[in-house]
Amino acid sequence: MSLTVAPISRPAGVRRSELLLRARELSIVLALLIVFGFTTLKNHEFANAASIRQLLSGASLVALLAVGQTLVVVTRNVDLSVGSVLGLSAYLVGTLFRAHPNAPIALAFLVGIGVGVLIGAINGIITTVTRVPSLVVTLAMLYIVRGVDAEIVNAKQIDPTLIPHSFQVVGYEHIFGIPWLAIIVAVIVIAVGFYMRSFRAGRDLYAIGSNPDAATLAGVPSGRRVFTAFVVSGGLAGLGGALFLAQFATVNATGGSGYELNVVAAVVVGGVAIFGGSGTVFGAALGALLLNTINQALVAAKVSAFWNQAVAGALLLAAIAFDRWLSLRVERLESGRGERHVV
Amino acid sequence: MLSETTPPQTATSGVVQAPPTIRNPQTNESSWRGLLRWESALLVALAGALIYGHRTTNFWNATNFFYIGLNIGEIAIMALPLTLIVITGEIDLSVASMLGLSSTLLGYLYLHGWPIGVAIVAVLIVGAIGGALNGVLVTRLGLPSIAVTIGTLTLFRGLAEITLGAKSVGKFPATLTKIGVIPIPHTQIAYSVGFFVVLAIIYGVVLHAMPVGRSIFAIGLQPEAAHFSGIRVKRIKLMLYVLSGTVCSFAGVLWTMRFATSRYDAGTGLELNVVAIVLFGGISIFGGRGSIIGVVLATAVMACIQQALTLRNVDAQVRNIVTGVLLLISVVLPNIATGIHRLRERRRLRNRDRLAQRAPDLHQPTTTTTEGQRA
Repeated sequence: MSLTVAPISRPAGVRRSELLLRARELSIVLALLIVFGFTTLKNHEFANAASIRQLLSGASLVALLAVGQTLVVVTRNVDLSVGSVLGLSAYLVGTLFRAHPNAPIALAFLVGIGVGVLIGAINGIITTVTRVPSLVVTLAMLYIVRGVDAEIVNAKQIDPTLIPHSFQVVGYEHIFGIPWLAIIVAVIVIAVGFYMRSFRAGRDLYAIGSNPDAATLAGVPSGRRVFTAFVVSGGLAGLGGALFLAQFATVNATGGSGYELNVVAAVVVGGVAIFGGSGTVFGAALGALLLNTINQALVAAKVSAFWNQAVAGALLLAAIAFDRWLSLRVERLESGRGERHVV
Repeated sequence: MLSETTPPQTATSGVVQAPPTIRNPQTNESSWRGLLRWESALLVALAGALIYGHRTTNFWNATNFFYIGLNIGEIAIMALPLTLIVITGEIDLSVASMLGLSSTLLGYLYLHGWPIGVAIVAVLIVGAIGGALNGVLVTRLGLPSIAVTIGTLTLFRGLAEITLGAKSVGKFPATLTKIGVIPIPHTQIAYSVGFFVVLAIIYGVVLHAMPVGRSIFAIGLQPEAAHFSGIRVKRIKLMLYVLSGTVCSFAGVLWTMRFATSRYDAGTGLELNVVAIVLFGGISIFGGRGSIIGVVLATAVMACIQQALTLRNVDAQVRNIVTGVLLLISVVLPNIATGIHRLRERRRLRNRDRLAQRAPDLHQPTTTTTEGQRA
């Protein structure tokens, strides 16, 4: 009957398989180093500080959204509305500045997060109450939010002149050589990663994703946890919208469209199983960094930018195939140990 | 149905087992009626869409019907193979990228002096290969189809980008590009709609009147059971992906001819519309349920509403709200319906428990624990 207890109290023998799973994140780091190393050999400019800063800040937004997405995907759900949420939030924050040019920066971020939390809550309620697959719910929300965004924007756009300088600083300035964007995102990644690893609610997410029925029987408040995951994902996408505006200082009705696919790609490359139950936010953030580094590397190696998408797609397929192979290995290791097989 | 699966003396036998066992047999049983109800709902929606259109100027104009068809043709065609894939419980998100890839490839080959007929055949073969790639990854490596097809969504679009870059190819033979300007002679039907109707009939017959169709439903309802009853689950799924790739590349050919240009970004984002139509057509995302008629009706409803909104100068992005809301309604309503049904069943069972509790004395201790467990 020790069915769902596994993630909390680990028997000593699981350590080897856990090591293999940890290898997932190491493999991304390794891939990152290889890409970085080879590109630097071809083009020495790639390793200078400005270029590295660009790598970090370029990956920040996708990494931020990937954190929220990880929470959702780990529970065996998906949030496809993040790109639209980011766009709407960015525009509304811009509208705030248009109406009140001296609005405090904190308020701007709160507006962004608030928009995201609201939409995340709608996603969460519909998914948990009506038990509709989140793929469909968030796909519908992708359309609806984008449509509402277009209606509000009404073919206008936010101009850089409207955005106060103090707000833009967050988007492109750096401190001690590290972009503010990257610092903000790194803090969030570490905080959420720690929470997912060490707190009960975080572990619950994994339990829900591994086996929803077992989790419910074991007393995990599944509905509430999944709802929270959607709210966090929405909130981070909303924060991403504010940061998007800070970074680019302009946004129109198409801002952030297509982000959802990049985010899902980053999460999957980062080793989060699409059917839930495993993966970490660190992996997802590294996945975002890897995808962005490859894109930049292609530019630096003077490969046409037209190759970006194809490489990203091939990498994605390779990543899921690798994950499958890895999980088969883990399964074999674990079933080698008699008493776990019996369960 | 219910009395067969749950023993009448629930009070004595089933404490934990009662709620889970209600669910499965019941969904199978009512799926038929649910389906019929969904299709009649779509008919009502179609009537509503037409009434809405009626109040829009120029809606009943003959050429408007040509444009309605023209704008939805390729999407509708791609929805057909996706319907079968979703019924088997899988998904294909790479459809629109395949359309883009085939459009690009057609332009590239034509630019390099291939005769258009040969180029089209080559493009269809590439479509089949792309579909086979999806199929092999899903069935032979056992990877989740949503992740695989998000990967090939990016990959196919990327290959299209590599093939043509920022260029666009035009000057296709006028005999073919006329499909974007004039309807089938003596009618107001766009060529793509003509193809859609023919394909829909074929798909309808295959899905609803042939053994293979029954196998497809069986796979969606219970893959293991289907496998053990001798259905070649993997092979059928693989074939469906190949079919999807081929049909989508055919849609790409139509798309290219309609716009008389070939560009790498042809049809970007259309996969969402295709999925929306399939689900709006009453195909269950969990597989095993749905019909071609539903998808055809859903196509008609979607096309009419979109066209009426276009005639009213509603912005394309804002029109997406309608697509999204329809999509939500199509999944939320049936789920709420089954939810209410389930609630009612549970209440009935509880009442039965209560009756059992009142009757004989010897059941008293067990029934009190039942109530305790439930609450």
